[in-house]
Amino acid sequence: MEFDPILLARIQFAFTVSFHVIFPSFTIGLAAYIATLEVLWIATGHERYHRIARFFTKIFAVSFAMGVVSGIVLSYQFGTNWSRFAHVGGNVIGPLIGYEVLTAFFLEATFLGIMLFGWNRVPRGLHVFACVMVAAGTSLSAFWILAANSWMQTPAGYEMIDGIAHPADWLAVIFNPSFPYRFAHMVTACYLTTAFVVLAVGARYVYAGRFPEDGRTMMRMAIGLIAILAPLQAFIGDSHGLNTLEHQPAKIAAIEAHWGSSDDIGGSVPLVLFAIPNEETESNDYQIEIPYLGSLILTHSLDGKIKGLKEFAREDRPPVAIPFFAFRVMVGLGLLMIAVGWLGAFLLWRRRLFETDWYLAPLQHIWPIGFVTILAGWFVTEVGRQPYVIYGILRTEDAISPVAGWALATSLALFVLVYCIVFSGGIYYINRLIAKGPEGAALEPPEGVPNRPLASAHEATRAAINAREE
Amino acid sequence: MAVTAGMEWYLPVIWSLLLAVAIAMYVVLDGFDLGMGILFPFAANDRERDQMMNSVAPFWDGNETWLVLGGGGLLVAFPLAYSIVMPALYLPVIFMLLALVFRGVAFEFRHVADTSRYLWSISFAGGSTLAAFFQGVLLGGFVQGIKVENNAFAGGPLDWATPFALLCGLGVVAGYALIGSVWLVMKTEGAAAAAARARARVLLPVVLVFMAIVSLWTPLAFPRIAERWFTTPNLFYLAPVPLVTLALAYGVWRWLEKGYDNLPFFGVIGLFLLGYVGIGISIFPYLIPPSLTVWETAAAPASQIFMLIGTVFLLPVILGYICFVYWLFRGKVREGEGYH
Ligand code: HDD
Ligand code: HEM
Ligand code: HEM
Repeated sequence: MEFDPILLARIQFAFTVSFHVIFPSFTIGLAAYIATLEVLWIATGHERYHRIARFFTKIFAVSFAMGVVSGIVLSYQFGTNWSRFAHVGGNVIGPLIGYEVLTAFFLEATFLGIMLFGWNRVPRGLHVFACVMVAAGTSLSAFWILAANSWMQTPAGYEMIDGIAHPADWLAVIFNPSFPYRFAHMVTACYLTTAFVVLAVGARYVYAGRFPEDGRTMMRMAIGLIAILAPLQAFIGDSHGLNTLEHQPAKIAAIEAHWGSSDDIGGSVPLVLFAIPNEETESNDYQIEIPYLGSLILTHSLDGKIKGLKEFAREDRPPVAIPFFAFRVMVGLGLLMIAVGWLGAFLLWRRRLFETDWYLAPLQHIWPIGFVTILAGWFVTEVGRQPYVIYGILRTEDAISPVAGWALATSLALFVLVYCIVFSGGIYYINRLIAKGPEGAALEPPEGVPNRPLASAHEATRAAINAREE
Repeated sequence: MAVTAGMEWYLPVIWSLLLAVAIAMYVVLDGFDLGMGILFPFAANDRERDQMMNSVAPFWDGNETWLVLGGGGLLVAFPLAYSIVMPALYLPVIFMLLALVFRGVAFEFRHVADTSRYLWSISFAGGSTLAAFFQGVLLGGFVQGIKVENNAFAGGPLDWATPFALLCGLGVVAGYALIGSVWLVMKTEGAAAAAARARARVLLPVVLVFMAIVSLWTPLAFPRIAERWFTTPNLFYLAPVPLVTLALAYGVWRWLEKGYDNLPFFGVIGLFLLGYVGIGISIFPYLIPPSLTVWETAAAPASQIFMLIGTVFLLPVILGYICFVYWLFRGKVREGEGYH
């Protein structure tokens, strides 16, 4: 059988990175949430903050482990799948990833030990400090990896010597044109994603009447955050898009399925709500559009123009369908997030939140919304960057490793198999921890579970009991 | 090699030393922690297995980060070498990574699971053993050399699969099992510690045999290595390496016999480092033996300097807080007492 190495390498990378990013999206937000809870606990002395922090720490531990193992795979894929990319971009990308390891990975991995196992071994203050360090580590990690990715999208501060990128100005490399937008958009996305998981868990408890006090606290905190961050995210996303229009116009043309000036009304760009982009005919089938709105959003004027896809040579155009649909999924879910947040805030203000079943019941199942949105966003960004790996410098087809097709096919099959097993296991166990709930763990007698590893639940129990005995 | 004492000469040397330190840290630290998994099937019961896992649970993630630094460091300092080694050793790298997935998640899953607990014990043991094995294969595949044309890997996907590489794989499994046992001698008490001590005394000779075979095989099979070791004056400078190794091995044997708790662990670290230095001597200055040296594969000086500045400040800080965490979780993990 003949395998196309480029296609296989792309599928494999897309699969492993998509799998990986699910966990950071959650751990970045959750680490910050747990640190906040612990600070609140110390500041107010309310036991429920402590309970919730411990509860989410257990979930955090499972999710973090999956993030780590899938991340280690990725750090090697630059070489295994994209060795030409590593060679051409290594001078620039390498140090960014190196700094990620030195400033972020060691920090989070080391203090994680204290966070998970230190509940009754270290003073409270030190435990809080460890949680803050883990949270800082995860955010720093996002900083560096997004700097690397943004540089691939909008390269800056480099010069090409013999076909190899050489850094010329590190600040320009790191703070490249799309980095500030991407970093803000992604970190906000992580917080939103986590807030929706917390919200769903809280709603599940409140609706079922279990752990109502903790459930209400979770819901209140999550709704407060969402009501503010969801609209902010739409604003950041809009600015991000305008910036992309400047640096990657072909990507925006794909996102808008905007083929060229011939189908414009009076020179302006419509907003295409729905269509099936057709790359053969270079036009859209079944198009539903709102005239002028595209111009208004992208150029802030009614007859502003943007470049259409036809203005780019065929071999320089990204695929259209994936960015087009993924973008609509992201924005659609983003609008839904705003609606959920504001409705929740309204109900909270009218003091009806915890009695409104029609709001609570569906909310229990809303936890995946952030993950889906983040994946959609990344698909827009990454597929929209095609046919380049490093925009304008290195084409994807030139970035590939000299690896035989069958070897790639084997490893792809193994990745899918292994990740499906591990992922199902992770979801299953996280769900089980959620079903058990915060108090379940804290009340379990230590004798019941002798000598079990992995602190979270049982160490927490023991800590609680020790605290009582003291 | 022409000694042009400029930045272009020093930087790659500094970086190859730093990289060597990162990999040595990895081999020692993740060595005992993978060793737990290799020894898992031999534990008397689940209580002992819990103790074993507890003894490394707060550290494993930090330990594995050295692997990321090793891979990342190669990309940072020698992107060309990275872009040749990874495709050349594609399958063993992927297998190792997948094995690490299984063992990494097992820490958490085994803890949360009830009825399926044994599955995650298997996953931990199998994953650790395979990861160790493929690390050895990688080492062997690297030492035996990589076919390069036009600055790219030019061999086949199974070039690495030689008897020598497979032997290195088994050797690393034995080595990690050994360092795992002496770690347990240090960190546990009672039955678990006694069993670990007995196992260490079986494993020590096994590991020495592997070291001896590799030391004889490499100069016989690879003339460039024979030349490094067996020509004068090198011979006189290098002769102490095997002698010190033997002396230290004898010391570890006696310490185990006499009931010391901590010395065997540090002795085995010494053994590891000596073997490691031996390999380093055989290979330097090649980063892709037998064709590309550290200088030919080095990153742009601007990149190496940028990263070096950060490393000089950050590495001590990192080592500081790592030591702090080991200190915090010092002492024995007792049977029946759980982690604390
Ligand atoms: C926005 C955030 C983000 C993104 C886009 C990525 N990662 Fe990641 N990564 C993290 C955020 C993160 C994190 C929050 O730091 C993780 C996730 C969970 C965790 O355990 O740490 C992590 C873990 C993690 C680890 C293990 C670290 C350890 O040992 O502790 C590695 C090696 C990578 N990642 C590498 C990558 C690579 C090569 C990526 C891109 C191709 C990538 N990550 C995308
Ligand atoms: C974390 C969320 C991310 C997701 C979900 C994601 C998704 C994808 C997808 C779907 C592709 C395949 C595109 C195609 O071939 O059509 C891809 C390619 C790629 N991405 Fe990302 N990506 C993410 C982050 C990153 C980051 C942070 C980096 C680097 C720092 C990166 C580097 C690459 C590379 C090297 C390729 C392969 C070359 C290519 O196909 O363009 N990605 N990614
Ligand atoms: C509601 C209005 C939103 C708008 C207008 C918007 C806009 C955009 C645009 C234009 C991009 C592509 C940028 C590029 O590749 O150059 C993008 C990417 C992305 N979006 Fe959104 N977005 C919105 C909501 C959201 C929400 C709610 C989330 C997640 C919770 C999200 C997560 C992402 C992610 C993860 C990416 C990829 C990384 C990046 O390029 O920043 N977006 N968004």
